[in-house]
Amino acid sequence: MRIELVKRPQHSALFSALSPFIALVLTLIAGAIMFSMLGKNPVDALYYYFVDPLREVWSLHELAVKAAPLILIAVGLSVCFLSNNWNIGAEGQFIAGAIAGSVLPVMYPEFQSWVVLPLMLIMGMIGGAAYASIPALLKTRFNTNEILTSLMLVYVAQLLLDWMVRGPWRNPEGLNFPETRTFHEYAVLPEIWASSGRAHWGFVFALIAAVLVWFMLSRTLRGFEVKVLGQSPRAGRFAGFSSTKMVFFAFIVSGALAGLAGISEVSGAIGQLRPSISPGYGFTAIIVAFLGRLNPLGIIAAGLVLALSYLGGEAAQISIGVSDKVARAFQGLLLFFVLGADTLIHYRIRFIGSAPRSAEVSHGNA
Amino acid sequence: MKKTILSIATAAAVLSFGTLAAEAKVKACWIYVGPIGDFGYSYQHHQGLLQAKEKFGDELETAYLESVPEGADAERAIERFARSGCNIIFTTSFGFMDATNKVAGKFPDVKFEHATGYKREHPNVSTYNSKFHEGRYVQGVIAAKMSKTGVAGYIASFPIPEVVMGIDAFMLGAQSVNPDFKVKVVWANTWIDPGKEADAAKALIDQGVDIITQHTDSTAPMQVATERGIKAFGQASDMIKFGPDTQLTAIVDDWGPYYIERIQAVMDGTWQQQDVWGGMKEGHVVMAPYTNMSDDAKKAAEEAEAKIKEGFNPFTGPITKQDGTEWLKPGEVADNGTLLGLNFYVKGVDDKLPQ
Amino acid sequence: MGMLEAILLTIATAATPLLIAAIGELVVERSGVLNLGVEGMMVMGAVTGFGVSLMTGSPWLGFLAAIAVGALFSLLFAFLTLTLVTNQVATGLALTLLGLGLSGMLGEGFVGMPGVKLGNIHIPVLTDLPVVGKLLFGQDPIFYLSLLLTGGVAYFLFRTRAGLVLRSVGDNHASAHALGTNVIRIRYLAVMFGGACAGMAGAYLSIVYTPQWVENMTAGRGWIALALVVFASWRPWRVLAGAYLFGAVTIGQLHAQALGIGVPSQLLSSLPYLATVVVLVLISGNRRLTLVNTPASLGRPFVPDR
Repeated sequence: MRIELVKRPQHSALFSALSPFIALVLTLIAGAIMFSMLGKNPVDALYYYFVDPLREVWSLHELAVKAAPLILIAVGLSVCFLSNNWNIGAEGQFIAGAIAGSVLPVMYPEFQSWVVLPLMLIMGMIGGAAYASIPALLKTRFNTNEILTSLMLVYVAQLLLDWMVRGPWRNPEGLNFPETRTFHEYAVLPEIWASSGRAHWGFVFALIAAVLVWFMLSRTLRGFEVKVLGQSPRAGRFAGFSSTKMVFFAFIVSGALAGLAGISEVSGAIGQLRPSISPGYGFTAIIVAFLGRLNPLGIIAAGLVLALSYLGGEAAQISIGVSDKVARAFQGLLLFFVLGADTLIHYRIRFIGSAPRSAEVSHGNA
Repeated sequence: MKKTILSIATAAAVLSFGTLAAEAKVKACWIYVGPIGDFGYSYQHHQGLLQAKEKFGDELETAYLESVPEGADAERAIERFARSGCNIIFTTSFGFMDATNKVAGKFPDVKFEHATGYKREHPNVSTYNSKFHEGRYVQGVIAAKMSKTGVAGYIASFPIPEVVMGIDAFMLGAQSVNPDFKVKVVWANTWIDPGKEADAAKALIDQGVDIITQHTDSTAPMQVATERGIKAFGQASDMIKFGPDTQLTAIVDDWGPYYIERIQAVMDGTWQQQDVWGGMKEGHVVMAPYTNMSDDAKKAAEEAEAKIKEGFNPFTGPITKQDGTEWLKPGEVADNGTLLGLNFYVKGVDDKLPQ
Repeated sequence: MGMLEAILLTIATAATPLLIAAIGELVVERSGVLNLGVEGMMVMGAVTGFGVSLMTGSPWLGFLAAIAVGALFSLLFAFLTLTLVTNQVATGLALTLLGLGLSGMLGEGFVGMPGVKLGNIHIPVLTDLPVVGKLLFGQDPIFYLSLLLTGGVAYFLFRTRAGLVLRSVGDNHASAHALGTNVIRIRYLAVMFGGACAGMAGAYLSIVYTPQWVENMTAGRGWIALALVVFASWRPWRVLAGAYLFGAVTIGQLHAQALGIGVPSQLLSSLPYLATVVVLVLISGNRRLTLVNTPASLGRPFVPDR
C-alpha cells in the first residue's frame, strides 16, 4: 500500500480551518500516550499543561510576557520566510537590538526624560535592522547562503554581548559581576496593568506589529511582491519586482522587529543587560512563525499557544513531577503534527492498493 | 437541631484538626539554573534537597524547577512557587538575584534564600554562599606538592568574581609551598560542555601543565587527565568514579546541612534574615577524600584544612597583585566586600583578565 | 610526544564528529533535501551510543545502536517532508527540538556514570614511529572510518552511476522523475544515510571524545556541520578540509589562551564562527563555483504529478 498525494486545485478551505484542531487533537493523544508511558496520569498532565496556566490573572499576564517577544520576532520572520529569505539569525538580531537600545541608559544614565524610552525603542529597531542587513548584503552581493551566515552571526552577537557586559559596560557599582547598571525609571518599559501583573507594553507592540504586517502582506502591493518573489522569483522578475530589494526589505523588517523585541525584553522584563537575555526566543520564534502558518494573525495565536506550553511545562514540573525535557519533546511533537496536518490543506491523500499501474509511474511533469 | 449542631461541631473539629496538620507540613521549593543531570552545580543543590527530604520525611513537601533561564522566566518561576504554597524558596544562581528580590516584595510571608548573591532588599530575603575558595587554597597546596613541572592548568568558566577568587586562592595555596608556582588559565566561556572542556584540558597539558583543576561542571577534564596520566581535581561533585587513579580530591558543594538548618528554622518559626558565607568550619565546603597523592602532600593538605577551620583566611597578607602593586600587608586580611567583587589576579597568574 | 603532534591529534579528535555529520548531510543535500535536524539526530546518537555501550559493555554495539537510532529518527523527518511534503526548514527544526527533549529524557539515568571508551588502535612498529606514528597509525578506529567515509562518499557521488542519479535528483527532480527515477525513494535513502552519520557522530562524542552523558552535550556541533556542508560547496574533500580548519581554529584559540595571549577570550571564541562566515563569503562569491555545485532543487518540495 502506498500513500500518494494529489495536489488540490485550490487550498481546501475546510482543512484550512480544521488542520490546527486536527494537529492539536493528535498532539493531545500523543502527549497522553507519552505521559502514560512515563507513569503519570495523562488527564492530569494535559490539564496542567494547557488549562492550569489560564486560570489566574497573574498567569495570563505571564503568558503575555512570554509570548510578546515570540510574536514580535515571528511576525518579522513571516515576511522573510514568505519571500524565501531564510533568516535563522533572529536571535542575533534580538541581541543586537538590545545592545543598541541600551546605549542611552547605560552610557548616559544622567539623561533622564520621557524621551529616553522612545529613543531606546527606535535605536533598538535600528540596531536589529542593521545587524540583519549583514546576511542580506552577503546574500545579494556574494550569493552567500543566508541560513548559515545569519546563524553564525548569532554566536558572534552572543559573544559580543558577553564581552560588553563583562568589560566596557559593566556596572561600576555591581561588585564586578557581568551586568550593566540597572536602567533608571525613564528607561523601563512600563507595565500595562501594573496592579494585576507583569505584562508590559511589549505585548501591545507585538499585537500592533502583527496587525500592521498582516495588513501589509494581504492588502498592499508590497505584500503581493513578498509572496510572488517567494513562490516564483521568475514570475516576480517578469512583473518588475526586484529580488535584491526584497532581500533587504525582508531582512530589515525582520531585524527591526527582532531588535524591538530585544530592547522591549531588556527594558521591560529584565531591567538591565546581562550575558544571557534570551532563552532562545529567536529560534522558538521560527517555530511560532510556522505554527501560525506565516500569517501574522495566526502567529498571535501560535505565540500564545507556545507560551502556554512553556508555562504549562513549569506547572507540570512542580505539580506532577514531569521534567522540563518532556516539555521540549512535547513542543517538537506539536510542531510535527501541525506541519503534518497542514498537508491536508494543499493535498489530498490517496491510498493506492497493491496493484501499481506502471504506466502512471513513468509519466510526470517535465 | 441537635444533630445539626453535632455535625457542625464535628466538621469544625475535623477542619481545625486538618488545618493544624496542614500547618505542620512545610513546603520548600528550589529553583535550579541548570539541569540536575549536570552532575555539577545544580546536581549538588538537588542533593541538598534530597538530604532535607530524607531528614524531615513526611513533614516536608518539596518541589523544584530545573533549567530555569535567568531573566524574565526566572521571575515567573519564583512567583509561581510563591503562589503555590511554598514556605521557603531557594534560588540557586546569582542571576536570579533581582527576580528573587522583586517577588519577595510581593510575598512578605514567604521566605526567600538566594545563593551567591548580595542583595537583600526585603526582610524576607536571605543570602547564602560557600567559601569555595578555601577549598581552592587547599588544592593549591596539594598541587604545588604533587607537581613536577611547577605549572598547573585551570579550566575556568566565566570571569566572575567567584571564579577569580578561586584562581587567586589556588595560586596562594600553591605559592605557600612553592613561591615560583605557575598557573595557566583557559576560559571555556561555558559552565558545561564536555567536548570543549576536554579540548581545554588537552591544550593545557600539551603546554606542559601536570595538574588540572577546573571551575566547569563536567567530568571531561578528569577523563582527559586520566588518559594523559596526570593528576586532577574534581569540581562540585566527587568525581572519583571518573578518575580512580587521577583524582587528588574534589571540592564538594554540600548544601544539605544549610538547607536542613533553614527549613528547621521555618518549622520552628525562628527564621531570620541573614547573610551566610560559610566555609570549611561550618561544613559548607567539604573536600573529597585525599587520594592518589604522596603522604607528604596529604599531610600538607590536612594541615592547611585544619588551619582554615581554625579561622585562617587564605587571603591574608602579604599579597601582591598581578601588576606588582601591594594588595595586603603582612597579616592584613582581605575584607569580604573586595573578595565578593574580586576582579584582579595575584602575582604569578599567567593570564589577563578582561577589565 | 611533541607539542605539534599533540595539537594535531587534538584537532583530529575535534574535527572527526563534525566531519562525519557533515558528510552525511552533504549526501542528503546533494539529493535536494535540506535537513536542519542534524543537531537533534546527533544528540540522539550520543545518548543511544552511551547507553548501549554502557549496558552491553561494548563500544562497538553502542556505535551500531546509535547509527540505527539516527537513521530511524531521520525517518520521521523523511516521512513528513517527502511523503507529506511539509516544509523542510520547519520540520528539521522540529526534529532538533524533539531530539534534544527526547535525549534528555532517555539520558536521565545516565548522569554521573563514566562511559565505556573506544580505545586507540595500536599497530606494532608503525604506531611507535616518531612524529607521525600516533597521528597516522595510533588514533581511534572511528577517525579512520571518517576518512574512509569521506573517500567513499566522494567515490560514490562522482564515480558511480548511482551517485550520478542521486545528484541529478538534487539538481532537477522534475527531469529525474521524467526519466523514470524514483525521486522519493532515493531521497528517503539519502536522508536515512544522513541520519545514520549524524547518529554515529553523536556517539563519537559520548564514546570516544568524552565518555559520559551530559544533557545537550552536542553543544551546537550539528549546526556547525550544516555550515560546513555549504562552506565546502557540497564537495566531500572540502568538507574534510573545512572540518579540520574549524577544529584547528577552535583548538588554536584554547592554546592561545593557555599561552597567555591577552586577547579577550570572547573574541578568540568567536573566531571559528567568524572564520566560517569569511570563508563562506569567499567561496560563494565565486558565482560559477557555487552554481555548479549547489543542488538546484535543494529544499524545494517534490510531488510526483500524474
